Amino acid sequence: MEKPLTQHIKNDHTWLSLKEYEAVGGYQHLRKALKLNPQDITKIIKDSGLKGRGGAGFSTGTKWELVSLGDQSPKPKYFIANADEMEPGSFKDRLLLEGNPHQLIEGIIIGAYAIQAQFSFVFLRGAYHPAAKAITRAIEESYQAGYLGEHIAGSDFKLEMSLHISQGRYMCGEETALLNALEGKRANPRAKPPYPALSGLFGKPTIVNNVETLSNVPQIISNGADWFMNLSKTGEGGTKLYGASGRVKNPGLWELPLGTSLREILEEHAGGMQEGYQLKGLLPGGGSTDFLTPEHLDVPMDYASIMKVGSRLGTGTIIVLDDKTCPVGMVGNLEKFFAQESCGWCTPCREGLPWTAKILDSLEAGNGKMEDLDILKFQTHYMAPGHTFCALAPGAMEPLQSALQYFREDFERHIHEHKCPWK
Amino acid sequence: MPLEIIMAKVYIDNKLYEVDGSKNMLENCLSLGLNLPYFCWHPVLRSVGACRQCAILKYKDDKDTKGKLIMACLEPVADNMRISIEAPEAHLFRASNIEALMVNHPHDCPVCDEGGECHLQDMTLMTGHNYRRYRFKKRTHNNQYLGPFINHEMNRCIQCYRCVRFYKDYAGGKDLDVFSSHDDVYFGRHEQGVLENEFSGNLVEVCPTGVFTDKTLKKHFTRKWDLTDAPSICHQCALGCNIIAGERYGSIRRILTRFNGDVNGYFLCDRGRFGYEYVNSDQRIQKPLRNQQGVFSNIITVEAIQEIKEITKSAKKLIGLGSPSASLESNFLLRELVGKDNFYAGVPAREGKLIRLVIEILEKGKVKTLCLGEVKDCDAVFILGEDITNTAPLLALYLRQAAKNKPGEQAKAMHIPVWNDAATKEVVQDATGPFYVASVHTTKLDEIATRTFLAHPDNIARLGYAIARQVDDRLPAVDLDEDGETLAGEIAAAMLSAKKPLIVAGSSLFSETIIQSAANLAFVLKDKGKDVGLVYVIPEVNSMGLSLLSDRYLEEAFEKAGQDSAATVVILENDLFQRMDKTATEVFLKQAEKVIALDYLPNLTTAHANYILPSGTFAEADGTVINNEGRAQRFYQVHVPDNEIRSSWKWLQEILKDNPNSQTKNFDAVTRSLAEAFPKLEAIATIAPSSDFREGTQKIPREPHRYSGRTSMYAKINVSEPQSPYDFDSALSFTMEGYGAQPPAAITPFYWSPGWNSVQAINKFQIEVGGDLHGGNPGKRLFEPLEDSGLDYSKNIPSAFSQNQEEVQVMPLYHIFGSGELSALSPSIKERVPNPYISLNDDDAAKAGISEDTILQFSNNGQIFSLPVKLHMGLPKGVAGVPKGLEGTAGIHFPFSIHLNNHKNG
Repeated sequence: MEKPLTQHIKNDHTWLSLKEYEAVGGYQHLRKALKLNPQDITKIIKDSGLKGRGGAGFSTGTKWELVSLGDQSPKPKYFIANADEMEPGSFKDRLLLEGNPHQLIEGIIIGAYAIQAQFSFVFLRGAYHPAAKAITRAIEESYQAGYLGEHIAGSDFKLEMSLHISQGRYMCGEETALLNALEGKRANPRAKPPYPALSGLFGKPTIVNNVETLSNVPQIISNGADWFMNLSKTGEGGTKLYGASGRVKNPGLWELPLGTSLREILEEHAGGMQEGYQLKGLLPGGGSTDFLTPEHLDVPMDYASIMKVGSRLGTGTIIVLDDKTCPVGMVGNLEKFFAQESCGWCTPCREGLPWTAKILDSLEAGNGKMEDLDILKFQTHYMAPGHTFCALAPGAMEPLQSALQYFREDFERHIHEHKCPWK
Repeated sequence: MPLEIIMAKVYIDNKLYEVDGSKNMLENCLSLGLNLPYFCWHPVLRSVGACRQCAILKYKDDKDTKGKLIMACLEPVADNMRISIEAPEAHLFRASNIEALMVNHPHDCPVCDEGGECHLQDMTLMTGHNYRRYRFKKRTHNNQYLGPFINHEMNRCIQCYRCVRFYKDYAGGKDLDVFSSHDDVYFGRHEQGVLENEFSGNLVEVCPTGVFTDKTLKKHFTRKWDLTDAPSICHQCALGCNIIAGERYGSIRRILTRFNGDVNGYFLCDRGRFGYEYVNSDQRIQKPLRNQQGVFSNIITVEAIQEIKEITKSAKKLIGLGSPSASLESNFLLRELVGKDNFYAGVPAREGKLIRLVIEILEKGKVKTLCLGEVKDCDAVFILGEDITNTAPLLALYLRQAAKNKPGEQAKAMHIPVWNDAATKEVVQDATGPFYVASVHTTKLDEIATRTFLAHPDNIARLGYAIARQVDDRLPAVDLDEDGETLAGEIAAAMLSAKKPLIVAGSSLFSETIIQSAANLAFVLKDKGKDVGLVYVIPEVNSMGLSLLSDRYLEEAFEKAGQDSAATVVILENDLFQRMDKTATEVFLKQAEKVIALDYLPNLTTAHANYILPSGTFAEADGTVINNEGRAQRFYQVHVPDNEIRSSWKWLQEILKDNPNSQTKNFDAVTRSLAEAFPKLEAIATIAPSSDFREGTQKIPREPHRYSGRTSMYAKINVSEPQSPYDFDSALSFTMEGYGAQPPAAITPFYWSPGWNSVQAINKFQIEVGGDLHGGNPGKRLFEPLEDSGLDYSKNIPSAFSQNQEEVQVMPLYHIFGSGELSALSPSIKERVPNPYISLNDDDAAKAGISEDTILQFSNNGQIFSLPVKLHMGLPKGVAGVPKGLEGTAGIHFPFSIHLNNHKNG
């Protein structure tokens, strides 16, 4: 089984230096890319089926295609790696950042070349200290080796790159809020359209891609679109970093073909539930995805299949809910997080999330009323997709709406017993 | 860019409408008169999609029954589009959104200043939300002290972001922002303190609820429905912004913007909004006064009129001094009283001649003088000499918008609709220009300028001539240094490549040559086929009107007074000590046989009077004034005071009457005779409906139909309901009875429409939201450009300014708060007035060994002034500045020269 993303990552908490990366073929992909037309690179990426691994699952090649090229096109252009991994339960980009930063940098340079960008940034989660060290050093090495700056790898292409360490807002993971933050403004999302490919950083064409997405790019260039497409078990292309957290025997992160079933991930790789715990439910792709239950275990973890059963692949990092943990408490904890991370721009998110979190808190404290469940249900409609300015609140409603669907009895017990049954 | 209006057919709740394709769905719905609630959208701040209140359903086609919830303010129009406002899902969402906004909004409407004219109240009712389900604690905030104008009550905030979008993005303010995040977002200053921006008062109207309210209103609070309102014109500068003035119990309570798309649009400056308080001064002259051996005592009105009549009739020599702050009608009747040869414009010649020059350019020039509404559409600006923010504040606000037009083209090229402010801002960012400022010192607009040029007025004029030469090389050359030449070339290129270039100048520096240079440049650009505009700033509300009535000035009057016998002088609403030096003015007044003053407040001039008649300010008078653009506009009396205060023209008419019992002519009759005497002013008779205008049989009430307590207001004095005074002079009534719907725009006293109690009821008075008023914006322009102008100033190039040894030329400096004599008497404004100072060029000061705060003594026309020195204002070498019109600098003749070394006085 091929593991293009993680095959070279050492398990000793050190990262691949430039030399080590070059020794395993690193930056050869870039050299190859620089010999191609930018448009050809975009086509390869598009044909490979690579989709955004940050959660939205939008075709990467299609995104790059939106940038207009040529002498008359607006300049400068920007290319940004979104390394602001703050989705609850997600830690997949961290592995790539800490373990193989050059792979990411090479991906950025190839992407930047494809859209003819002059500047690139790595927008890093503030709490990722080891990753900050790794990226800082790797960027230095790349400059020294001529992979950044003028005449990259002997070509006419030039690109600057710098690391931006975020001050820590979940909102910055949203690509347009990220742009505002990078410009030194409040991390509020922007109106779309226009999309960043047309008007992004400082109003110029900009591409923002997730770390895992970009880490796939070098290998796709060398091995081709078909190779990538064939890596997956289903028709969506590539491998995926799947993770599992919660009361499983072996929590962790595994690179597996896209479309690997939940059962395989949880039972084979995560080793199943810990002794004495039963699987009650799971969030398949981080804190802002809908709960699935044991009945869904045979669903392949890819974009389309998970969507079909009412959730989202998201970041592909599974949060496991066991039978000895209160689902109301778990959802309450998530909603508190989302309420705190709301930027405060649009009404439903700013006002709806704190209200939701307060009700869940009150239920957990045994002060709930049956009307509260109606209000919670109402909130999931009120903050539905399209009703809010960006996807934060609709995402926040996903675990809640599915918890109300699957665990309604547990919510009601909180009300009838005037306490949390798990406490 | 000419706005292409593409009409589209749209089905709204299954009814077919034709709508404007260049507008979004919310604007179209509102323009159709449909009630769709909103908060963050504002007609000029446009769409950002924050509040989510204007949700509607959009259907794919006629078979789609489910629809998709969308925000109307972010939805472009498409042909055959189907939407629903009334669908239950849309209704529910909008009500839910209000419920969410109400989660933290206090239930303090009964004690909130906004109550009864609150957009949040209106929108809440509109959505039908009423019962609270939220059962937890509300979040609370601390409020800030924001200075004398604005009261802050953050707990009421519904986070629509309009305040920061207006204050920062639109008005260029730096000290109001949004802090914190999630449901804790806070709108205020980084620390409490005075809001610095000159347009802060607009927060009162921009805020949809009671976060930012009028602090001057709070001092004598009255509900909107208890105000007697009149359509009026701001008297605080020459722009003639349209205002609504509201009265209760005999005092003016507040000023609101009266929308006029051609003039001030939705906004006012803080001097205009808060400078009204002098009207309520307890110093107001309320009854005729007679001076007997230096003691003023009340005198019965009929007696006063009789005595003054006799004095004026028997006077061997009569002199009438008009006023640029009085109406055309008052000035005209003074002219009638004293005879046209004895009537003088009450301003010094150095000012009056400049106004005449401006009139000449407006009247005979070939370039259109733009109204403020057109200024904001210009895409290249060159300012010669004016410190706009301080001499014509609202013009500065609109120049700021003009500066965004060229960069905005970039967003248009990306097919981002103009109404999509959020997206436009992301593309345009902070880009401004082309915008060039030439001035004698650094100005506030420098921050948006492409380049600035600090120079003596003559050199500013020379730059203007050099630019004209760059545009047309047949014109005389100007010898500039290399930097000057480069700048001239750059400005010329910017003006030539603009679609609508704008040249701005004015009379503030008393420089004829700047005014001519600006006209010359505009003419040349016009000759090159450019759609160029010209704006001149002049000093006062009716400077232009006064200059149209007379071309003789105070110096001549003073001179005439000194010849032969002593003169009897009638002074209209004019403190001469503000305009002429103290010595000459005193001599003039003391040698007069009799002095009759008509004024609002005691001042040095009235102190010299034998008789004082209590004149009405804009609040107690009807009148016509002409603004800097040449637009004649009407203002109406707000209330009838319970004292002898009345319009000056009414006093003058009483004096003019032969038979005391004969009926006086009403306002229309005065205006008609004025128009007959001055054919140029013919239009003023038709700028507003006449006094016999009726809607059906009814007058237009100044009071809303919910006006309360009329019978109890004076119950402590008399339990009967006193008869309301009758207004013979206008179609307005002083009561709440009358025509209930929309009157003509020129006589609309307040904005109200069923369900729309806030200022945003203005939507219902416009042809389309944000656009012109029904029946057209009020006011009439007196001058339009001529095809072929006989004017040619191209050869009047001044020689370059050169400093004479240690001599410096002192220019007038202006302060929005302070340079206006009457507004500075308002307590709120007073807090913002600076102390007088003299500003020097840093090098000049260093050379003369003068440092910051050194007290410098100098004389002007025999009067000694001692002022502290202020440095770092960017004044060029050889140029100094002293604020004009402050208490302590009144009567200075600008410009004048001083020797630095002779005047030092540690």
